[in-house]
Amino acid sequence: MTLLAVERIKLFTTRSPWWCMVLALGLTVGFALLVSANANDNFPATVEASQEGSQFGLIVMMVMAALAVTTEYRFGTIRASFQAVPNRSAVLLAKAGLVALVAGIVGEVTAFASWALVHLMHPGALTALNSGANWRHVAGSGLVYAFAALIALSVGILVRQTAGAVAILLVWVLLAENLISLVPKVGDKIQHWLPFTEANYFLTAGASAAETHSAEGVTMPLSAWGSLAYFAGIAVVLFGIAVATANRRDA
Amino acid sequence: MIEADGLTKRYGQTLAVDDLSFQVRPGRVTGFLGPNGAGKSTTMRMILGLDRPNSGTVRIDGQPYRSLHRPLRTVGALLDAKWVHPNRSARAHLLWLAKSNKISTRRVDEVLGLVGLSAVAGRRAGGFSLGMSQRLGIAAALLGDPRVLLFDEPVNGLDPEGILWIREFMHGLAAEGRTVFVSSHLLSEMSLTAQDLIVVGRGKLIAQSTTAEFIAQAGDNAVRVRSPHADTLRLALLDQGFEVQVDGQALVVPGASTDQVGDIAGANGVVLHELSAQAGSLEQAFMRITGDAVEYRTDAPALAADPTAAAVAAAAAADPDATIQLTHSGKK
Repeated sequence: MTLLAVERIKLFTTRSPWWCMVLALGLTVGFALLVSANANDNFPATVEASQEGSQFGLIVMMVMAALAVTTEYRFGTIRASFQAVPNRSAVLLAKAGLVALVAGIVGEVTAFASWALVHLMHPGALTALNSGANWRHVAGSGLVYAFAALIALSVGILVRQTAGAVAILLVWVLLAENLISLVPKVGDKIQHWLPFTEANYFLTAGASAAETHSAEGVTMPLSAWGSLAYFAGIAVVLFGIAVATANRRDA
Repeated sequence: MIEADGLTKRYGQTLAVDDLSFQVRPGRVTGFLGPNGAGKSTTMRMILGLDRPNSGTVRIDGQPYRSLHRPLRTVGALLDAKWVHPNRSARAHLLWLAKSNKISTRRVDEVLGLVGLSAVAGRRAGGFSLGMSQRLGIAAALLGDPRVLLFDEPVNGLDPEGILWIREFMHGLAAEGRTVFVSSHLLSEMSLTAQDLIVVGRGKLIAQSTTAEFIAQAGDNAVRVRSPHADTLRLALLDQGFEVQVDGQALVVPGASTDQVGDIAGANGVVLHELSAQAGSLEQAFMRITGDAVEYRTDAPALAADPTAAAVAAAAAADPDATIQLTHSGKK
């Protein structure tokens, strides 16, 4: 608990996490507002539509998580951290716990704020949380944000510099996982096992084809919760590798 | 008490620290002296458990750093004053450090007062001058009221007032019975600050003695003499009642003049390759001693790899003055 408090002081006594949190909320809710204001018969306001901007917030929180450790390397405070607490695993575990918690909370807040906005502007059955799939789509955001933050933190620990870590994360989440499907024959199969594709399936699975834009008639290999477990597993393994690397390396 | 035993650290091909053993005693300021790149900072990082030695151990009061419980309460260190997040306030920086070792918030304000930063505690550390950053670093080192203190080049870039302040501060800490270990590449500064000296060059231990002894070794009027018949000359000099020190291939005769040594050599028919007066400045003693370490290091692989280094090394082998220059060029 002490270390968690230490990480809390470290995170919130700099400005970037505040900016990231405001930005995450602004972008997702702002996007929900745009979607909602322009909804029509072809693109009705739905629960799914309210969550379309979720990825904006996700990316921003991943950047925040990566920054939480890359700035420590950038400014040398990681050495002060390891000097104060030589048990590096404990330091990094506390940091992981904190960024995952913060990202999770931001994920919940942005998801429910986006949904509430759309629901208020278009009251009715389409925007009501009236199925398990609906609830999972909105409330599940926090879980995806939390594990995505863990992945981002791990990349930050491994790469140790902001530009590199952020570039890897952006290319990975926004480009690589989508473009892989362009590879003939195997592309789709590989894509179905990629972590952020799995995370997205966890959120959107079970929505009717009419309500989702990703209705390509594909069958994912795992169930919705299985997909989340897979995503979480990847995050935990990556974090384990990052901690082992940090323990072996010179600070 | 810090005890290093056979510390060795290798970065790729570079041997940064080479089988270094020394002790740092409590109640005194011990200077850690060597040219830039001699492995001082690497050694300090190994003492703090930040870098892992390839071999050897270093213990603080008998324990390796990583097994210390709440280490800031045992060891305080200032390795680099810029290791602070620039957008964090000075107080917040100390606050998280304190929290990590269960040190009270009251102590944070106390050390801020101790280094004279109370008035700017809420300001972002990125806006601090070098002198203020150094003070913040010292405040961080003092947080846990530690028995052992490490400072890496604490006076670098400071104005005279700041240098004086740090020097007196370190004397005060040692007088309270703490172990104070200060690195510097400035011998003149160390001669004023440190009571003991550990001198390194190219990662190797060159000397460990009291500062007084080190200065005495430099000698005010020593003569350095090289001869293919060194043994004959040494006996002749001893016969005449001179003290003779063997320094590698050369003999050093404290308290003698070049005339006297030259006369004795001539009387005994000894051929001389060098006969030079040692002007007794500390800087020169330091250069001469660390220069030998440089010469020692410039061996075959370096010769093969770098023609310039080969030329310099050849010159160094031929002429001891060139060795001194090599030491200069070795400073980065």
